[in-house]
Formats: sequence, C-alpha cells, structure tokens
Amino acid sequence: MSGEEHMPQKTEPAVLAVADAATSAQMSVPHNRVRADLLGVTFGAAAFAGLLCALPFTLSNYQVFQFTLVMVYAIALLGLNILTGYNGQISLGHGAFYAIGAYVAAILMDRYGVPYWLTVPVAGAVCMFVGFLFGFPALRLEGLYLALATFALGVALPQLLKSNFLEAWTGGVQGIVIIKPDAPYGLKLNPDQWLYFFTLFFVLIALILTRNLLRSRIGLAIVAIRDQPIAAKAMGVNTALYKSLAFGISAMFTGVAGALGAIAVQFVAPDSFSVFLSISLLVGIVIGGLASISGAIYGAIFIQFIPNIADKISNAAPWAIYGVFLILFMLVMPSGIAGGVRAMSHRFARRRNTAK
Amino acid sequence: MDAFLHQALAGLATGSIYASLALALVMIYQATHLVNFSQGEFAMFSTYIAWSLMHAGFPYWVAFLTTIAISFVLGAAIQQIIIRRFQDGSVLSVVVVFVGLLTIFNSLAGWLFGYSIKSFPSPFPRELGNTYMSAHELGTIGVMLVVLLLLVVFFRYTPLGLAMRAASQNPTSSRLVGIRVGWMLALGWGLAGAIGSVAGMMIAPVVFLDPNMMSGVLLYAFAAALLGGIDNPLGAVLGGLLVGVLENLLGAYVIGNELKLTVALAIIVGVLVVRPAGLLGAVHVSRV
Repeated sequence: MSGEEHMPQKTEPAVLAVADAATSAQMSVPHNRVRADLLGVTFGAAAFAGLLCALPFTLSNYQVFQFTLVMVYAIALLGLNILTGYNGQISLGHGAFYAIGAYVAAILMDRYGVPYWLTVPVAGAVCMFVGFLFGFPALRLEGLYLALATFALGVALPQLLKSNFLEAWTGGVQGIVIIKPDAPYGLKLNPDQWLYFFTLFFVLIALILTRNLLRSRIGLAIVAIRDQPIAAKAMGVNTALYKSLAFGISAMFTGVAGALGAIAVQFVAPDSFSVFLSISLLVGIVIGGLASISGAIYGAIFIQFIPNIADKISNAAPWAIYGVFLILFMLVMPSGIAGGVRAMSHRFARRRNTAK
Repeated sequence: MDAFLHQALAGLATGSIYASLALALVMIYQATHLVNFSQGEFAMFSTYIAWSLMHAGFPYWVAFLTTIAISFVLGAAIQQIIIRRFQDGSVLSVVVVFVGLLTIFNSLAGWLFGYSIKSFPSPFPRELGNTYMSAHELGTIGVMLVVLLLLVVFFRYTPLGLAMRAASQNPTSSRLVGIRVGWMLALGWGLAGAIGSVAGMMIAPVVFLDPNMMSGVLLYAFAAALLGGIDNPLGAVLGGLLVGVLENLLGAYVIGNELKLTVALAIIVGVLVVRPAGLLGAVHVSRV
C-alpha cells in the first residue's frame, strides 16, 4: 500500500478539514486552536496547490494522463455523491451520463468543429437536461427499484449508441476519434500537461460549486430529503422538484466529467461506457466516502489506480485482488476513506488536546 | 402460429432459469433485505464445480447433487465469514462488498478454469422433446417447478422453515424464543447458493460455460424478482417466466436481438412505476 497515488493524500486532511469538518471543528475547539488550525489549513492548502502544479512537470506523460483521469473521475464522483451521498438516491447507471457527456463533446468536435473547451459546458447542460427528465420517473422509485431503473439506463445506453438510428452521429461500434488539443497562447506545455491543467480548472470549479451548493438552500433541502423525507415535505420542501434537481445537477457534473474524459482519452466508443463504469463510479463514492467532498477525490484515486496495483500483484487474477481490496477497504473503513481520515484526525486532535 | 408458440414456450424455458436465479435473490432478500449482486457469478462458479466433477468422471446426477451441496456450504460460509461483518453497515457498503465478491468469483473462475468457452451437457434424454419444446427446455421447467415445490414445502411445513421466516420477520423475538438467528441467515445464503447452482447448471447447456455467462442472466433475474415482488417466491417465479417470454417475443417479432434487453428493461421499469411493489409484492405502509 504505497506508491505515487498516495502522495496527494498526505496533504489532503488539511484541505478536507475546510470542506467537511469546518463547522464541527469550530464548535468543539477553543478559539486559539481554530486560528492555529486555520493557519495549518492555509499552509496545507498552499502546499497542496503547489504540489498539484508541480506534478505534471515531474511525471512522465503517461502518469500525467493518469492523474488527469483521476481528476475527471473526481468530477464524476462529486456528481454521483450529490445524488447518492447527499440526496440518498442510489444510481447504478451514472456511466450513462458520463457516456452522454463524452458523446456530446465528441460529436460536437468531430461533426461540427466546435472548439473543445466549448464542448464541456454544452455537455454539462445536455446532461443536466437529460438527468432532470430522468429524475421524474425516478421519483416513484426508491432503493432497489431505483437501482434497477438506473441500472437499466446504464445497460441500455451503450446499446442505443451502437444502434443504427444514431450511427450517423455516433459512428456506431467504431466510435469517434478526437484530436488532442494543443496548449493555447503559445504556452510551453505539451498536450498532456495542458489537458491536466485544463481539467484541474474544472475540478476546482466543481469543488467550489459543490461546496456552495451544499451550503445553500437547495443543498439543505437535498440533504433534508435524504434524512427526513416526510418532515422535509411537511416543512414545505418541494421534494419532487429537488429530487429531480439533484438528478439534474448530478448528471451535469458527470456529463462534464465525461466530456473531459473523452478529450483526454481522445476516443469514444460504446464499449468504453459499459455497466462496469457505472459500478466503478458507485464503488468510488462508497470507498471514497459517502456524502463527503474529499471522498470524491479519494474515490477517484482508488478507481484509477487500484486496478493497476491489483494487476501488478497478480497477473493471473487481477480482478480477484481488486475484489479483495474492495472488501478489505469496507471492513477497515466502513464509512469510506474520507470517514477513516476524519476519524484519524479526530483522534489526533483529541490526543493533542489532552496533552495540553 | 406454430412459430409464435415455439418462441413463447422457449421463452418460458429461459424464463424458468431467470425464475430460479430470482428465487435465489428472494431467499437472500427475505433473510437479510439485501439483493446479492454476486449471485450470478456465484452460480457460474458452482457450474464450474459441476463441470470439474463431471470431468473427473462422476455421472451427471451425482455431480449435480454434489454441486448443490458444495454451493450450499459455500454460500453459508460466505455469509458467516464475510457478509456477517457488514450486516449492520450501510446498504451501499454491502453493495460494494457484493461487487467485490462478484469480481473475485469472476476472476477466480477465469484463472482456475480458463476463459475458453466450454460445453456443458444436458441431462435430459432427447426423446423427451416434442415439436414445440426441446428436451432441455422441458426439463428446465420441470426442475424449476421441483425447486419451487421444495421451497414451498420447506417454508410452510417444516420447523426449520418456520424458524427462518420468524428470524427474518422479527429477529429479536426469534432470538428470545431460542432461534439461532445468525445460523438462519447463513441457511438463507446456503439455500440461495444451492438454488443459484441449479440455475447455473440449467442455463450452461444453452449459453455455454464461460466466466461471463451469468452477467445478462443476473440482470433479468433481478428485474424478474422486482417485477414479481422481491419478498415473494411465487412472485419471483411469475416475474421470471414473464421476463423470459417477454424477452423472447420482443427479440423475435418486435425489435430484434440488438435492443431487446433495453426494451425489456424499459417495460419492466414502466410496470414498476405503476406498481412500485411489484406484481405480487406486499405494499408497505410507513407510519409517520
């Protein structure tokens, strides 16, 4: 359990302290400690930002590409977490929204010559619309039934993409090849490095948006519906609207991730978006930590790198090793990596408090 | 008309395989209120055990019964060793554990038995077949009916069956009257493993034996169980048969094989939107 994928995690607790635990820390810790912590957080965040910027210049192009994918998954997981973690609606079919985002970007670039950076917001908008619409029938379904309905969506979409009606746009089974964009303004970055920063930009926006959304009126309503649906309704929360909205926002994030993923991979084909992608995304949010912003990042690191590590451990049966990893992670950290990190930092904080 | 009848009856045969796997899902759901996503891979693994036994020279029915026994023990062991530890956790973490089990079984089967497609024998003599149904199709339906009958008898007329039902409905009270609830859960998993292995051995002659043979079947079984009502074994069978016939007729007459999975699922989801508890499922009313 060591390697480059753990590098960003070391400074992560500082960042996650802002995102997840700021309110609880302020309530339970004396004032001077808060200031000291804030200093630590700022310092940690600065160090983390520096590390993120230095990363693409120290790694090989392939590794830079891998980290770009980590960020792409992180955006998708943020989206899924809004729906499943915060709103309590399970989705086994988010790969479908990822696929729609990827195809929107690819079709716009390939068939209509739209510049790549413009395709990302368009993909997000399209997915938001589709997700919002899908949210309506999903309103009647809960738990397992919703799992089946979303699973059906995840299974159906690759088949639809292959079908003859859409072949003129989607290229059928062959898929679409995209050309990798160069860095603009004559920046001295190779395409992999440029895409890394391009994706990083969207990750930051996604993180800020999620954080603000969850603190807003909409976010409170979304969480209230998960915890006390009947009470929320009694308080005047329009559950139908907010549940559909959660679906839409979630799909938007995942769609943006899909578009970014398509640009990074330079290729879309129906078989890249199989049900396995949807399941990976769900695994990602649970392993990373449900209802936690930093969990999306941990989860993304997990789904990008653990299969590779498993492959290194056993060439013969890598997915068996992957499965063992899943079970072990759930055994050791039932509330995900974010939960585990939170519990650990709490324990350290308590020890520091008692030492004083 | 003959062709139509043939398609419908063939659908009934595949449907009875979905029904058996759906029954396995219902077993675990009744015991633990979880849907075991790894049930299909588990059944596939059992089928490989049967294949190895036959390869070692055992006659079909000996291998068949031994496989059922091994699958029963394996299912109970998985519950006791792994699932028990997650019983109190959130549903989603159990789902992830199921995904883990799924990949483990799939990968292990590929590693132990190879990824090449193997043929699997059908035990039913060819003379059994008639113009409408092959011997294997008839046999499959028969086997499924026997399994269903055994389950009904077990749950309704044996003390153990009663204890299992009690343990799933009210674990605390059951414990107070001396039922070993933990063992009842293991028993549920064992039964699911055994039923799943029957489903695997019945479908293997049709789809051939390979590590991925169950992925589609599991989805249909899941849909079937939900369609019929996930807490009702009879509903699971009805759902399985309906899904089988629906799938076959849609594939043959309406949209072709390419999109039949999609359309079948869309119809099932449509039905569920109208009847959220499934066709035979009990409607739960929550108190405020």
